[in-house]
Amino acid sequence: MIVASLPKHSTKKIILSSLLVVTVFVLIFSPFFGSTPLALKDIFSATEGKRELDIFWQMRVPRVILAFCAGAIFSMSGMVFQAIFRNPLVSPFTLGVSAGASLGASIYIASGFSFYLLGLSGLSIFSLLGAGFSIILVWFLAQLPATRSMTKLLLAGVVISFFFMSLILFIQYLSGLYQSFRITRWLMGSIYVFGYEEVSQVFPLAIVGLLIIWYFAQELNLLTTGEEIALSRGVDVHGLVKVLFFLISLMIGSIVSVCGPVAFVGIMVPHMGRLMVGTDHRYLTMTTFLFGGIFLVVCDTLARTIIAPAEIPVGIITAILGGPFFFWLLFEQRKG
Amino acid sequence: MNVINIENLSFGYIPARAILHDVHLSIQEGEYITMIGPNGVGKSTLLKCLNRIIKGFQGSIKIFEKDIERYSQKELGQLIGYVPQVREEIFPFTVEEFVFMGRYPYRKPFSGTMARDRKIVEEILRKTELASLAYEPVNHLSGGEQQKVYLAAALAQQPKILLLDEPTAHLDPKHHAAIQNMVVRMAKEEGITILHVTHDLHYISQNSQKVVALKERRVFAVGAPSEVLNCEILQELYGTRFVRVFDPKLNKSFVIPEAEA
Repeated sequence: MIVASLPKHSTKKIILSSLLVVTVFVLIFSPFFGSTPLALKDIFSATEGKRELDIFWQMRVPRVILAFCAGAIFSMSGMVFQAIFRNPLVSPFTLGVSAGASLGASIYIASGFSFYLLGLSGLSIFSLLGAGFSIILVWFLAQLPATRSMTKLLLAGVVISFFFMSLILFIQYLSGLYQSFRITRWLMGSIYVFGYEEVSQVFPLAIVGLLIIWYFAQELNLLTTGEEIALSRGVDVHGLVKVLFFLISLMIGSIVSVCGPVAFVGIMVPHMGRLMVGTDHRYLTMTTFLFGGIFLVVCDTLARTIIAPAEIPVGIITAILGGPFFFWLLFEQRKG
Repeated sequence: MNVINIENLSFGYIPARAILHDVHLSIQEGEYITMIGPNGVGKSTLLKCLNRIIKGFQGSIKIFEKDIERYSQKELGQLIGYVPQVREEIFPFTVEEFVFMGRYPYRKPFSGTMARDRKIVEEILRKTELASLAYEPVNHLSGGEQQKVYLAAALAQQPKILLLDEPTAHLDPKHHAAIQNMVVRMAKEEGITILHVTHDLHYISQNSQKVVALKERRVFAVGAPSEVLNCEILQELYGTRFVRVFDPKLNKSFVIPEAEA
């Protein structure tokens, strides 16, 4: 595998603390960047009702928080799925939850509806329904005797995912140019919010998710070594996998309904985390949470500044920026 | 006291195709039991029933005279250690991290590295000659060293019973001997009851007190090595010819498979 030498506990603590410092730094400074650059004095010496204040507090700050939560959720989810399935190629989208959400969103866009319900946009509601439907489907498949083995469950998820993606293509093919364009844009994933509605839903989920996953850090370590060893050391594997599976599906369904299936983060950030602190989930969970958050905030900041005043969907930036960074980490490790 | 008591044990992944059928076996505290038999006869399956890696068998298994169903998985983890054959680790841990995971059945969530667990792990790393490799990724070690790591992790569980599933298969003679000597020493020092699946007949006759031979899904023969390891029984068990050879240096005789002409 890809790890040359693994750091000791003290090194890991230093890496984690520096990551925390970087997080604070990124969270404070990124709201100042965007198509309208803001300076400190714009915010602190501004009078009530000024345009800059609105941009800062109603657009940039919630957007940065949302990007952080989304990055953190995608990354943690990928980390957990990779541990459960013992497979480095698994992403949080592998089991079809995000494809379900995308299908819901595509149906909504193609239908041409537009409505709000209980503060949620119709788009969010439809994609949540799609996610819910696919969770129930995968869950049902997971109960079948034939999918008791992790590999079969994984394959079932992959098939559901492809099935939904085909339906999305079918809908796109049938719908008009404008709808088709909007579906494509949605699938790229982007972070765009106004106010704190979405943040208030996603932020608690990210924190609760972090705590639950951290709580199971030792169990995740053992799952990574294989189901039989985990059982022999005393882990109730089947109960644990059900809990984690449900938690991740819920988190992914909710976050995808807000910002679409942002690519790359969920599959690669966990590997970046492993390159930094190793596989021990007592350190890896927090590292992945912080680094995933920072990574998406930085990508999103670039997304809204590179071709300002226009914006690029963040899902395009993630792999363009993340790919080279991953290679750098990989080669840095090889040298050391 | 009976540490393990198995009665009427039957199991098959598909009900129509039983892997084990009506197995009876009881094991006393501190005994060193080896289990032999042809491939696919259910030796590994039997071990996996004992720590509930496999569920849904018929019959009864009692561990320390308490039904296995009445233990939680964690309680079983405190009683039974398990050493399988080494496989590739997908995401590598360091040796120290891997062995530390053996402490799992005694640990609570969120707890950091407790001094007591640390001390136990350090002592085991020293005893298994792994201390100098503590911060190496498990994947970077040789097969023999990796097998020591698996053994060390199982010992970190401080088990009363140790299940060994061909831990020395694929190892060179030196590591083979090193692992086996380690097991024998631990069994004596800590009073661990051992159930060891192996094909190494020579080793069995030297070290174990009792041999259990499985054939066609059930127990075929049980007894002291001197009783079970004779040409007739082994011939019937494995379906191949055996010969007895005499080692004048040890003044002992051994049974080995006859070389085909």
